[in-house]
Amino acid sequence: MDENSQNRSLTIALAGNPNAGKTTLFNALTGLKQKVANYPGVTVERKEGPWTVADTEVKLIDLPGLYSLDATSLDEQIASEIISGKRDDLGQLDAVIAIVDATNLERNLYLVTQILELGVPTVIALTMIDVFERELHEIDIDKLSTLLNTPIVPVNAKTGRGSDELAAAVEKVIGTHREPPPIAESESTENGKIFARYKFIAHVVQETVKHNDESRHRVSEKIDRVLTHKFFGLVILVGILLLVFQTIFSWSSLPMDLLEHGFGGLADAAKSLLPEGILADMVADGVIAGVGGVVIFLPQILLLFFFISLLEDSGYMARAAFLLDKLMSGVGLHGKAFLPLFSSFACAIPGIMATRTIENRRDRFATIMIAPFMSCSARLPVYTLMIATFFAGQTVFGFVSLGAVLMLAMYTLGIVVAIMAAFVLKRTILKAPPPPFLMELPPYRVPNLRAVFQNMITRAWLFLKRAGTVILAISIVLWALMYFPRSSSEAVTPPAATSVGAVETPEGVTLTAESEQLKNSYAGKLGHAIEPVISPLGFDWKIGVALIASFAAREVLVSTLSIIYNVGKDENEESETLIQAVREAKRDDGRPSWTPLTALTLMVFFVLAMQCMSTLAIVRRETNSWTWPLFMLAYMTILAYLAAFATYQIGKLLGFE
Amino acid sequence: MMTLTELPIGQNALVSSVDNKNAVTKRLMEMGVVPGVSVEVIKAAPFGDPIEIRVRGYSLAMRRNEADAVRVSF
Repeated sequence: MDENSQNRSLTIALAGNPNAGKTTLFNALTGLKQKVANYPGVTVERKEGPWTVADTEVKLIDLPGLYSLDATSLDEQIASEIISGKRDDLGQLDAVIAIVDATNLERNLYLVTQILELGVPTVIALTMIDVFERELHEIDIDKLSTLLNTPIVPVNAKTGRGSDELAAAVEKVIGTHREPPPIAESESTENGKIFARYKFIAHVVQETVKHNDESRHRVSEKIDRVLTHKFFGLVILVGILLLVFQTIFSWSSLPMDLLEHGFGGLADAAKSLLPEGILADMVADGVIAGVGGVVIFLPQILLLFFFISLLEDSGYMARAAFLLDKLMSGVGLHGKAFLPLFSSFACAIPGIMATRTIENRRDRFATIMIAPFMSCSARLPVYTLMIATFFAGQTVFGFVSLGAVLMLAMYTLGIVVAIMAAFVLKRTILKAPPPPFLMELPPYRVPNLRAVFQNMITRAWLFLKRAGTVILAISIVLWALMYFPRSSSEAVTPPAATSVGAVETPEGVTLTAESEQLKNSYAGKLGHAIEPVISPLGFDWKIGVALIASFAAREVLVSTLSIIYNVGKDENEESETLIQAVREAKRDDGRPSWTPLTALTLMVFFVLAMQCMSTLAIVRRETNSWTWPLFMLAYMTILAYLAAFATYQIGKLLGFE
Repeated sequence: MMTLTELPIGQNALVSSVDNKNAVTKRLMEMGVVPGVSVEVIKAAPFGDPIEIRVRGYSLAMRRNEADAVRVSF
């Protein structure tokens, strides 16, 4: 190590192919002290953590996986810029640790030859050596090191064995200058260079690796005989998806209830601890209710990420993309769009974040634009309320529950519209030639639970951070719209001790005051203002208020209806009183507010409308522009309006009211 | 001379050339599909597309559209 490098903190990057064990090694080296942020201006995640080299703490960066320095995806482009020292925020790296998977030596060495050509101080960490030797191959590591003129350290990414040796090797190369090997410099064309690198690699591998068993243990191929079978492969895929959903919904119900009660208790505590007034109201009804309403989805999101990491880590996700690519390409999407769309059934936010693996920008944006059509878990409370209120106990053909049919119909409607939207988008504003599909099918591996949990924790933290910022702000705004201007509510609520009636039903009295307040609030005025627009859908102004509120988050509809119909805030979508209140609600002219047809219209609207501020915020971040989220809000909501309009008007023509 | 798309499943062949057909050509080569390398078609997905090949000891999936650019011989 030279003197210069000791004066500042050293930066070392981990680079390697996807599936080479890079992130597992990163976890083993840095433990839990990782930081996840974004590279400035782009949405590529920057993971870094502390690591010790020669008793000094250095900054270790986990680069996105890449096959080549000539990048095709955004992730790869960033990684490539960092390795080449072209990024201003990091400058020149002090060393690169190139991860090489021994079981996939030739292709892994391709990136290594490119890194060596740059002349950066490099150490090779050789992973999967145990698997390689178990498959009865032999590798001469010393000779490989000599031929590549680079130190090689065998490591076990899972246990961290070999990390001390790795640190020692890194210490030695820092500050050294090396001549790039003359592998491809005589070639003038791109393809010529690639060919020359592989020729060099073939020579190196031939000199150092001995395959003792030519028949090879192709375990993954045997598993794939079932899992990517023409028929059973699809059946198993559907089965796995159903199982994952079933588990997410059943395992998350208890923690969600606990969180809901926890936030309810917190709101009560805030009301009793804080002096009565605007501050207490804002904290309890705005901050705690708003943020709590979103945070209760944390168990579902954790479980979803648990299963996604599990499927991804095991190697199955690539198979799912392989199985479904033909179907997806029919509407112009990439096989890799399957995972984001699948995730969006739980929540569009992780789904949209998962589109990053799609290399082509237009394909990626098309996937983002249709992801919110997948019925997410926030729509469930709305569907459940409508079905429980108007369609409970009814059957089709005498034995199939009408509720289940309607539920299935809503999910199907979302999928069908998504397919049509993708079809149109890919032929108009996102027009592009069919995306190239070239994807590694990595060998199946037992998932590394530590990495799975680490991924879950990172995601949960990002989600909570958003709940603490964007959603917090929106909740306060929404609360203020319903809270101001203050009508003479103090006058409506009589002092508790003055009348016997008030003592007996204090709750009813305050609730009446609350709905009076709502009517005169800015939100109430907005509801009246949009009544002409929504009356062709069969909605009155009160439903309008709930609709406006639900544009922050869909599930807000249920709590807003509770406020509007004086039911009290602790009601949930299945509580008898809210159902009763919705059934009995009257319009200003005395007709019932709701009919089965209105309920169906509302459900159709909720399937298609873009009513989620958090999703729009994520789309803004992922596309790096306001155009796309605004376009999404407009086109989805117009579609929702038209579909709801058609539902209501056709329903009326058919004689339903 | 046939293309990778026409190669029967389970049959080994050598890549003789990769057409400079589209943007994916370079990527194919970077992934190790270069002239002289041995390839084998493992299977086709349920609807006939994409296909899975084995090259340099690992599995690579590609659409027939991409595989058409790869010419093979025995």
